[in-house]
Amino acid sequence: MDLKFSEADVTFREEVVNFLETEYPDDIKEKQDKRIPLEKDEIVRWQQILNKKGWFAINWPSEYSNQEELSVTQKYILQEELAKANTPTNIPFGVGMCAPVVYTFGTDEQKEKFLPSILNSEVWWCQGYSEPGSGSDLASLKTKAELKGDKYIVNGAKTWTTLAQHADWIFCLVRTETTEIKQEGISFLLIDMKTPGIEVKPIITIDGSHEVNMVYFDNVEVPAENLVGEQGQGWNIAKFLLAHERSGIAGIAALKRELSRLKDLSSDIPLGDGTLLEDVQFRNKIEETEIELTATEFTELRTLAAMSQGGSPGAESSILKIKGTELQQTISELFVEMLAYYAHPFYLENEIGTNETVGPDYAAPVMPHYLNYRKVTIYGGSNEIQRNVISKAILGL
Amino acid sequence: MDFTFNEEQTLIQDQVDQFVQKEYDWETRQSLSNSDLGFGESNWQKFAELGWLGISVSEDSGGFGGSAIESMLIMEAFGKGLVVEPFLETMIMAGSLIDDHGSDEQKSSVLEPAISGEMHLALAYAEPQSRFNLSDVVTEAKADGENYILNGYKSVVMNGPSANKIIISARTSNSQLDENGITLFIVDSDSKGLAKTNYKTVDGRRASDLTLENVSVSEDDIIGSLDSGFEILDSAIDKAILAISAEAVGAMEVLYKTTVEYTKTREQFGTSIGKFQVLQHRMVDMFMEYEQCKSLLYMATMKHEEGAPDAKKAISGLKYQVGKAGKFIGQQAVQLHGGMGVTDELNVGHYFKRLTTVGTIFGNTDYHLKKYTSL
Repeated sequence: MDLKFSEADVTFREEVVNFLETEYPDDIKEKQDKRIPLEKDEIVRWQQILNKKGWFAINWPSEYSNQEELSVTQKYILQEELAKANTPTNIPFGVGMCAPVVYTFGTDEQKEKFLPSILNSEVWWCQGYSEPGSGSDLASLKTKAELKGDKYIVNGAKTWTTLAQHADWIFCLVRTETTEIKQEGISFLLIDMKTPGIEVKPIITIDGSHEVNMVYFDNVEVPAENLVGEQGQGWNIAKFLLAHERSGIAGIAALKRELSRLKDLSSDIPLGDGTLLEDVQFRNKIEETEIELTATEFTELRTLAAMSQGGSPGAESSILKIKGTELQQTISELFVEMLAYYAHPFYLENEIGTNETVGPDYAAPVMPHYLNYRKVTIYGGSNEIQRNVISKAILGL
Repeated sequence: MDFTFNEEQTLIQDQVDQFVQKEYDWETRQSLSNSDLGFGESNWQKFAELGWLGISVSEDSGGFGGSAIESMLIMEAFGKGLVVEPFLETMIMAGSLIDDHGSDEQKSSVLEPAISGEMHLALAYAEPQSRFNLSDVVTEAKADGENYILNGYKSVVMNGPSANKIIISARTSNSQLDENGITLFIVDSDSKGLAKTNYKTVDGRRASDLTLENVSVSEDDIIGSLDSGFEILDSAIDKAILAISAEAVGAMEVLYKTTVEYTKTREQFGTSIGKFQVLQHRMVDMFMEYEQCKSLLYMATMKHEEGAPDAKKAISGLKYQVGKAGKFIGQQAVQLHGGMGVTDELNVGHYFKRLTTVGTIFGNTDYHLKKYTSL
C-alpha cells in the first residue's frame, strides 16, 4: 500500500497544469469563474480542445478513442487538475453514456456511425429514460416502439430529459413487447431528434432555469437498424449504463474545489471579533464535510483500483452515488449559509454575472445552485433506490 | 394553563383561513407574486377593511388592541397559502415598532395610514457586513442643527420597493458593534439622496438595497430617543420572529400534508409509494418536527405576551427549531415528490423556498443556538 505518486505521475501532473495554462480559453474561464452558464458552442469548443489532447474520452477503450489509455492514477490526476482549474464539466450523455453502450453492445456499423461524432462533440445526445408514470420504477415505462417492416413506430413521452433542447439525438428505453416480466420487453433505441413527430417542451425548475424537458413521440418512424443490442435486451443495457454512470471521480474533485472556495470566501466574512470561517459552529460543519469528502474520495479510489484489476463496478457504485450527491447538497447549503441575507435576491440565468445584482459578486448563483441540487438525490436512481440496491446486493437483505 | 383561543381569536382564524382557501388559490398566488408589484393591492385593501392590519396594534395607537396571538393566527393562515402581501414587513416589523415606541405624531402620520391600508412600511436593519447582528451598524447619522444627515447602505430590505416610509437604523455615537449609540429614523422613500435597488427574492417576494447619500431627516423622525434604538429594534425583531415562525408553521403543515397525500396516490412498483416503510418513517419525522415547532410557537408567544423573564430565550429556541424543522420538512417534501418537487409548476418547491428564506431571516439556526446559550 502506498499513497505516493510515482515520478511519471508527477511529470504527468505537470503536463496537465501546463496544458491548462496554455489551452484553457480565457473567455470560457472567466464565465466559469463567475458561474455564468455556458452556451452550447463554448462547451463544444472546450470538449474539442480536450479531445485534441486525447483527454476527453478517457474511459473509452483505445481502439475507439484513438489514444493511449490513461492509468487509474493518471485519470485521477487529470480530473483533479481540471476541476481545480474549474474547467467546464463534460456533458455526459454522449461521451459517458451513449458511447459506452454503442461500443459494448452495438454493431460495427453503429460504432462507425456514432462514435466519431461523439468524440468530436459534433453530435449532442440526450437520455430518454424516465416517463411521467415511471420514475424510480423505470421498468414500468410505457413508451411503445412497434416494429413495422424495417421501421419502429414510436409513441409515448419521456420526461426530465436534460438538455433535450440542444440535442441532435436521443437514446431511449422503449417497450417493444408486452411481457409478463416487464423488464424483458424493453429495448434500447437511438432516435434522431429531427425525425417528424418529436416535440420538446421545456420544464422550468425551482431555480428558474431551463435544463430539463418533456419529449413527446407521436408516430415517430425510426429505422430498425437503430436498435442497439437485441430486441428485449434494453434493460440489461440500462443496468450496465447505471453502473457506468455512477463511477467518475470528476464529481469528487469538483467538490474539493468548491469546499476550498467556501473556506476562502468565508475567511473574508467578518463575524464578531473574527471571521465566519473561525466561527466554531460554521467551521465544524466545514470540517465534518471535509472528512466525509475525503472518505468518499478514497472509497472511490478503492473502487477504481479494483476495477483496474478487472473488477466491475457493481453495487459499490451506489455508495458513491449516495455519498457524492449528499456532499453536493451539503456544500451548496453551506454556501447559502455563508451568504445569509444575500442568498435571497433572485436572478435568472441571463442576469447572473451582470452589474444588476446586489451583494458580493459571487452571490447570485449560490441560491439557484442550492435549489438546483435538490435534484441530485432524486435523479440517476433516487438515493432511496440506491440504498435498496446496497441492502439487497451487498448486505443480502 | 389554557391552549384554547377566545371567541374573537377563533373568529379571525376562521376568517383568514377562509380567505386563503377561497380567494388565494395557487394560480392567484403565483400571478400576484409574478406581477410588477409582487402582491395584490386589492387584497391589501381588503385586509385593511376587515381590520386585520390593525388587529394587534394598541387602541391608543388607532388599532384594535389585540395581542401577538391574533398576529400569530393571521400569519399561520398566511403561511398555509404562502401569502405574499407584506403584512409582516408593514404591520409587525415596522408597525409594532411605532406602536410601542413612536410619538403621537408618528402614530397619526405613519401608523394610522398603515392600518387603513394607505401606506406601506419597511424596516431597514441589515448591512452588508452585519449578518444577523442588529448592533453592527456602520450607516451613520450626523446632527446638523435640528436635522440629521444619513449616509450608508442597507441590505435586503424586505418590502423595500413598496414602502412609502422606511425605518432605518443608523449610528449616532460609539463604534460599529456597540449596542449603545444606534438611533432609529423614519425616512420618507422619496427623500433626496435615498436610492433603492429593487429586486425579487427567491421566495417570490420583493426587497431593496438602499444607498443613503446625505439624506436629511428631522429630529422629529427619531423613534424613541437618541442613541437608544437597539433595544427598540431588538424587541421589534422578537415580535417579527414570532410572526414569521407562525407563518413557517402554516407552511410546514401544508407541506407535510401535501407530501402524505402525494405518496398515497403516486404508484411505483405496483403500489403507492406511501406503503414503503422508509418513506413512512420520513413523513412521521416531518409531522413530528411540525408539531414540535407549533409547541414552541405557542409557548414562546405566550411567554412574550406575559412578559416572562425568559421570553427572549424562548424566542431564540423557537427560531432555532423553525430553521431546523423548516429545512428538514422542505427538503424532504421535495425529495418525496421526486422530479415533480423541483419543478416551478408545483407549489411544493415554492413552500420549500419560503421555508429556506425564513430559516435565514432574523437569524439562522447557528445564530439563535448561540443566542439561546448566551441568554
